[in-house]
Amino acid sequence: MTEWPLWEIFIRSQNGLAHKHVGSLHAADPKMAIENARDVYARRNEGISIWVVRSADLYASDPEDKGTLFDPAKNKVYRHPTFYHVPPETKHL
Amino acid sequence: MSEPIAVPQPDQSRFDFALRLADNCLVLGQRLAEWCGRGPELEEDMALTNIALDLIGQAQLWFEYASELDAQQRSADALAFFRDQNEFRNVLLVEQPNHDFGYTITRQFYFDSFHYLLLNELVASTDQRVRGISEMAFKEVAYHLRHSTAWVCRLGDGTAESHRRIQQAISDLWCYTGELFAPDTVDAEMFRDRVAPDLSRLQIIWLHQVNSIFKQATLQLPESIWMQTGGKQGAHGESMGYLVGEMQFLRRIYPDAQW
Repeated sequence: MTEWPLWEIFIRSQNGLAHKHVGSLHAADPKMAIENARDVYARRNEGISIWVVRSADLYASDPEDKGTLFDPAKNKVYRHPTFYHVPPETKHL
Repeated sequence: MSEPIAVPQPDQSRFDFALRLADNCLVLGQRLAEWCGRGPELEEDMALTNIALDLIGQAQLWFEYASELDAQQRSADALAFFRDQNEFRNVLLVEQPNHDFGYTITRQFYFDSFHYLLLNELVASTDQRVRGISEMAFKEVAYHLRHSTAWVCRLGDGTAESHRRIQQAISDLWCYTGELFAPDTVDAEMFRDRVAPDLSRLQIIWLHQVNSIFKQATLQLPESIWMQTGGKQGAHGESMGYLVGEMQFLRRIYPDAQW
């Protein structure tokens, strides 16, 4: 039996703003992938929207490039908004 | 002037009606549960057992209502686990063995199409309890129908082998579809009291919808043949005894078992 292609599943939760990667599954076509995602990842009322993407269509960064890609940001503290005084009356920040 | 207080009468027909709905859901749920761990793919295994759980949940609600109407005052559990095969009132279609995936999907498609149309009418029932249960079940069944319809199309319009096998299932199970719409005195009484719809009207819509999906799926609607009946009155096929035996054995061996 030929295996169904792999799909990556993204679910937007009840009060979440963005779709979040929750896992992957097999399905023959996008419609089936959405239905399978509903059954595998949204059985307990987890979501209000589902995105499916063929795993083959995802390009990922190479773990070996980690140093080159991310290390230069480490010593640039001025990029973080930590130099402001928050006025005491500002709440819910 | 005050209205005379209505004393609830044991209503045998309404009890039978609720029991048939309960038994349809329970028996089909049990059949689907047999796929647990044996689905063609992990994802489809989950889908089939999710549907099984939906149906068993619906059965529980119908059993609770039947229990309220039962002259013998049996509990929902007693109705499910301490009746014998000939006391079950499900249609013959739902007890048919799984056989292969094509049979399972065809059985499901025939039943889901019927179940969807029926619940769509029961949400307007004059019986408040029937309305409440149907509203809850309707959304689940809309998904069941979507699932089985998609598979009928995929298998019918798939490979030569999948086409051949589902076409075989469509022909073999066809003789159990007539009973879904064959009214007896219980159905007539429920229609008279506007608890349930006229089944012969549903049949016309059902046939039209099933046929249009078969056309999309490049499948043939079977010729009219002799239709099997009797399930709704308690006359079941030989595979039903095994299903009931497996479903009830634990409860019968440990009748006082509690969670």
